[in-house]
Amino acid sequence: MATTTAPGPVRPAGRPAENGAPKQPKRRGPRRSYLPYLLLVPAIVLELGIHVIPMLVGVWMSLLELTQFHIRDWSTAPFAGLENYRVTFDFSSATGKDLLHSFWVTVLYTVASVGLSWVFGMAAAVFLQRPFRGRALLRTLFLTPYALPVYTAVITWTFMFQRDTGLVNQVIEQFGLVSGDRPFWLIGDNSFVALLVVSLWRSWPFAFLCLMAGMQNIPGELYEAAAIDGAGFWRRLRDVTMPMLRPVNQVLLLVLFLWTFNDFNTPYVLFGGSAPKQADLISIHIYESSFVTWNFGLGSAMSVALLLFLLVVTTVYLLVTNRRREHA
Amino acid sequence: MRETSGERWARRIVLSLLTLFTITPLYVMLSSALKPLRDVQGPFTWLPSRPTIQPFLDMWRTVPLGRYLVNSLMVASIAALISVSIAIFAAFAISRYRFRGRQLFSVTVLSTQMFPGILFLLPLFLIYVNLGNATGIELYATRLGLIITYLTFSLPFSIWMLVGYFDSIPRGLDEAAQVDGAGPMRTLFQVILPTAVPGIVAVTVYAFMTAWGEVLFASVMTDENSRTLAVGLQGYATQYNVYWNQAMAASVVVSIPVVIGFLALQRYFVAGLTAGAVK
Repeated sequence: MATTTAPGPVRPAGRPAENGAPKQPKRRGPRRSYLPYLLLVPAIVLELGIHVIPMLVGVWMSLLELTQFHIRDWSTAPFAGLENYRVTFDFSSATGKDLLHSFWVTVLYTVASVGLSWVFGMAAAVFLQRPFRGRALLRTLFLTPYALPVYTAVITWTFMFQRDTGLVNQVIEQFGLVSGDRPFWLIGDNSFVALLVVSLWRSWPFAFLCLMAGMQNIPGELYEAAAIDGAGFWRRLRDVTMPMLRPVNQVLLLVLFLWTFNDFNTPYVLFGGSAPKQADLISIHIYESSFVTWNFGLGSAMSVALLLFLLVVTTVYLLVTNRRREHA
Repeated sequence: MRETSGERWARRIVLSLLTLFTITPLYVMLSSALKPLRDVQGPFTWLPSRPTIQPFLDMWRTVPLGRYLVNSLMVASIAALISVSIAIFAAFAISRYRFRGRQLFSVTVLSTQMFPGILFLLPLFLIYVNLGNATGIELYATRLGLIITYLTFSLPFSIWMLVGYFDSIPRGLDEAAQVDGAGPMRTLFQVILPTAVPGIVAVTVYAFMTAWGEVLFASVMTDENSRTLAVGLQGYATQYNVYWNQAMAASVVVSIPVVIGFLALQRYFVAGLTAGAVK
């Protein structure tokens, strides 16, 4: 994270110009100045007020018996110690069982969505590397789902998944893929598939955007050299493209993982608030545990547990990938 | 390096499938927005029985869409402008100065991106409610509260992208300005900002999109008066009837500004992402 070479804005026809050399500290030595701190004050105040302090308050809340009786004036909420955490991790009780189920649904959802998004994005980026007629149009089209406000996209999918008036069942029937009754997509076992499709539609364009940006920085000479050595399509992909994309992939997969794991918007809009058990993602689960039953203490404990899990996964991931990068 | 015929066919097939997947919902949204109500109440049809712009006229009355639109426009544009202004100063400091705590600040700000939104939602909800009770500053269920919340959401990524842009501006320009006797602030305003305009515009659009599309906080932190499109658009499903054609028409209208803004500036997003991803 220390140094960076930043390309300038990309010119339409060319690759980004490499002109930002790694940063050198000023030769005169940094002046001991209060100016940078002054420049950062507004950002720091906001980060503290909206991110850091609420997070600490969240940890405090998770130690309180903060039920509907104490919401109005939470200074009266009794101290509960680790009781909320005991309930959260008691996997033999109904609450713990449901939370664990929700956790595994989210893991499956994240692995499937991130994996497929990466494959789709990679396929599109590789096949759009060569110039051909209509390339710019396709690139724009592929980025459109990412630009749409999430709720408009998901409302449209909700309409498409309607049992009686939706496009999906209409197409299935026309191709004779279903015998008997039309399937339900937004309740029951199919709801997980529906959720995954919508998530994939939303997030593969982002993978495409990042991978495309990464590929623009691969010098053409590398491909020329590989071609002279007789490397075919797969060899070029494996020995030139993939190694050059390693830094992009490291960040992209992490960001996709965190976004998908914390995804609230997609299920919330798709299922209209209460998700079916088969598609009960953890964000929705915690939201309902908090606002439907007004048990904020328990909801906060679950949130903190989720945060710790994400911190551990992220730390391990960064350690492993950084070590791989050093050996590469 | 010529493309083999096998590669060409693979390319055509893969890109066709991806195009089909991408375009279907967009087509459904556009075509259904032009359908009379009875078309969307029966089995799905690919074309309207008779195209009509009636849904675009009716959608304002079914739900108070005008109010939601004004709320969203106000919240998203004010949040974006303030967020980018703050990000410019922070990015300038990080890009051009070495100071104690620089790494700590960068890491902390970026790591807030990974926290689940639900973790902030409950405490912020309680803080806003209690602050209102204690001081009379109403942040809960007001546009002001949403603005403050959203501008912080887009701040980390905006700072990160702008640092990338500023780093790509040669330091020789700064030094030339300093030789002419310009102080740091004049250097920022007269040298760096004019050079980074495309990047700044792209980041502004990103911040606008963040606020324009946020659902979770909008659903908890608003009431009938401060409700934004993100929540309001779900109002076309009433107890008696779902006005799918109007929901689609409203979706089209809501999508157009951000889609155009994003697509017009996609090149600068790519540049910004590349700048950041190398870190």
